[in-house]
Amino acid sequence: MSFNIYKVNEELREFMPPEILELEEKATWGNPKRGVMDLPYAKELLEEHSLCAGCPESDAFRYILASLPNPEDTIIVNSTGCTSLVFPHIALHTVHSLFGNQNAVASGIKRVLEYRFPNKVKDVVVLAGDGATVDIGLDCTLQSFFRQEKITTICYDNEVYANTGGQESGLTVKGHVFKMAPKGKQWDKVPMWQLAIDSGCHYVVRMTVSSPRRVEQAVKKAIYVAREVGPTYIHLYTPCILEIGRNSDEGLEEMKLGDKERFAFFEYMTPQAEEVIKRKKEEGLI
Amino acid sequence: MGNNGTYSGVNKSGQKIVSPDYLLFEAPREKVFMTGSEAVKEAVKRASVDASVSYPITPQSEAAHLIGELWVEGYVGVYFRGESEFGVMSEVAGCSMAGARVITTTSGPGTLRAMENFPMWAGSRLPIQLVLMARGVNAPLTIQPDNLEISFLLDTGVMIWHAENAQELFDMILAGFVVAEKTDVHVPIITAIDGFFISHTRESIMIPPEDIALPPYNPYTSPTPIIDAEIAPGRYIKDPFVMKSNYISYATHASWQWEVRAAIERSRPYAKHYLKGLIEEYGDPEAELVFVASGTAASQAKEATRMLLDEGIKAKVVKVKSIRPFPHQELLEATKNAKYIMVPEFNIVGWLEREVRAAFYGKSNATIIGTPRVAGGMTMPPEIIYKDALKILGKEVSYVL
Ligand SMILES: Cc1ncc(C[n+]2csc(CCOP(=O)(O)OP(=O)(O)O)c2C)c(N)n1
Ligand code: SF4
Repeated sequence: MSFNIYKVNEELREFMPPEILELEEKATWGNPKRGVMDLPYAKELLEEHSLCAGCPESDAFRYILASLPNPEDTIIVNSTGCTSLVFPHIALHTVHSLFGNQNAVASGIKRVLEYRFPNKVKDVVVLAGDGATVDIGLDCTLQSFFRQEKITTICYDNEVYANTGGQESGLTVKGHVFKMAPKGKQWDKVPMWQLAIDSGCHYVVRMTVSSPRRVEQAVKKAIYVAREVGPTYIHLYTPCILEIGRNSDEGLEEMKLGDKERFAFFEYMTPQAEEVIKRKKEEGLI
Repeated sequence: MGNNGTYSGVNKSGQKIVSPDYLLFEAPREKVFMTGSEAVKEAVKRASVDASVSYPITPQSEAAHLIGELWVEGYVGVYFRGESEFGVMSEVAGCSMAGARVITTTSGPGTLRAMENFPMWAGSRLPIQLVLMARGVNAPLTIQPDNLEISFLLDTGVMIWHAENAQELFDMILAGFVVAEKTDVHVPIITAIDGFFISHTRESIMIPPEDIALPPYNPYTSPTPIIDAEIAPGRYIKDPFVMKSNYISYATHASWQWEVRAAIERSRPYAKHYLKGLIEEYGDPEAELVFVASGTAASQAKEATRMLLDEGIKAKVVKVKSIRPFPHQELLEATKNAKYIMVPEFNIVGWLEREVRAAFYGKSNATIIGTPRVAGGMTMPPEIIYKDALKILGKEVSYVL
């Protein structure tokens, strides 16, 4: 990839929207040390979004995009859900194909990129909701872990199918009344982070997105480990403030509660992952 | 391919790159005795294929095994077994989005499990090749030959070619990549056969040497951005995001759907060249009794035509090689003397009959009869075609099955 790709054609400059011009000027391409601390000064590859005001998924987007070590060679694969409305706004290669097949599509992309560009680093990151990751797409998610695909999977757990209007998902807590669970959800929340460990992920983290720095650390660790070792998984609590009846300024508070309870920070890594993380820390990249 | 359009050098497997015309029409060919599944292997071996993902289902499993062997031998770059047909068709979509020439195979229930992917392939303009070894669909459980599943694929926005025998399958696989990857086409190609009858029977086929191959796929000739981060970011859902409820979005979506279908239409001249016509005619050119058939039904109809000639009845077979695009003009031309058009088929719904009726409505005075029709694995003895034909002509059936 050449950074010239991100240069605006001089002859078209006068027609370009200001956000594209600003992206050229202020995006943090080509700097693996980029991170959330750049957010106030630099472009994080997302201009606007169409999520609800105050949706924690939007915070998560900004932190994740700001933390990618190699955005110029990163492909993000997403799925249907609230998040899919954001992807057309992202200044990165993104794919939306179907609902639930994101890890399968990502497997194909990653393997072919390794074959076509054996001497280049190309990161493939999957980003989808809990319904896509753990219900309809669970088979594809777990099988990509079993096959040791070198991809990072990030799940936005809002504990509900938000985009279709609030149905219970496999990650809704037991007893919660949502649409299609009119008597309350009948079984426990699926412990996806544990399934990820059991299925062969080398780095697994469960957390909220209340702390941007922590999200950055997790994203960088997960991507570096996936690059060298195998699948990695990040489970993020991004509450759907709309469906749980919170105001748009209450997402952070909700996540801080989560930090102490069901989404208390949890991190797992295999010895190979630990070795990569240690080395990257020494290189000053994490 | 060089900038001047010439082919030179070798592909990643060390085979000499030759032009599609040379490979398909000019290269010396040798006669070999092989199954349809082996013909798939031989075609893939000469196709500079980058990736293949597989999942077992009878009768296509063997073809998928053989592609795996090609991977071991270094002829295919990426190969693995996916989790299900839904997974596989998603995986090959990823492979194609990342710039690979991809092939996969499936049959019957696998096709239906994967179904959501086919319109997605077409809408994403991915020139993936699916070799469909058609079989019956449950329930009750069956592995028998039947081509009902083609009817489900007709409106997914993919090209569909139907091979009559292993030779045609071999040639169609190679031609399939060439046509599907043309910039102005660039849609998926399904090359179908009637499973078992072709996949598991052995016949003589003529094949070119194994040290020559098609020019590799150049992903940068795609009309939509390749997702490999080598060009400016692109999106597979078109921008403006078409889920928005406004007239621009409606128009965007609608025009994209038309464009996919138009792309299939644009494949006609290429397909005509590489398949040597979208139809094939057999028998008496002036005959009033015409069989329109595809796949192995065409072979059986040809046999029936010979039997009818023994009775002094002139008949003709028009074999449809390309189902999508459908050769309306060619069919009308080839049947202009027809009084009776019979459409024998290996499935219960009669999808080819529907196509023929739609194409002929208001344009032909011939009587169209969707018969005979077999399903569930039954063979179609030429005698039943012959018998039905005699009945339709009001003749006495002199010998019975
Ligand atoms: C095959 C299929 N089934 C159902 C849907 C409808 N659908 C769209 S989004 C969605 C829920 C998404 O939930 P989740 O993945 O948790 O993401 P969220 O919207 O909560 O962010 C569903 C069921 C679909 N698009 N495709
Ligand atoms: S519906 Fe919920 S998850 Fe979706 S954008 Fe709104 S707040 Fe966020």
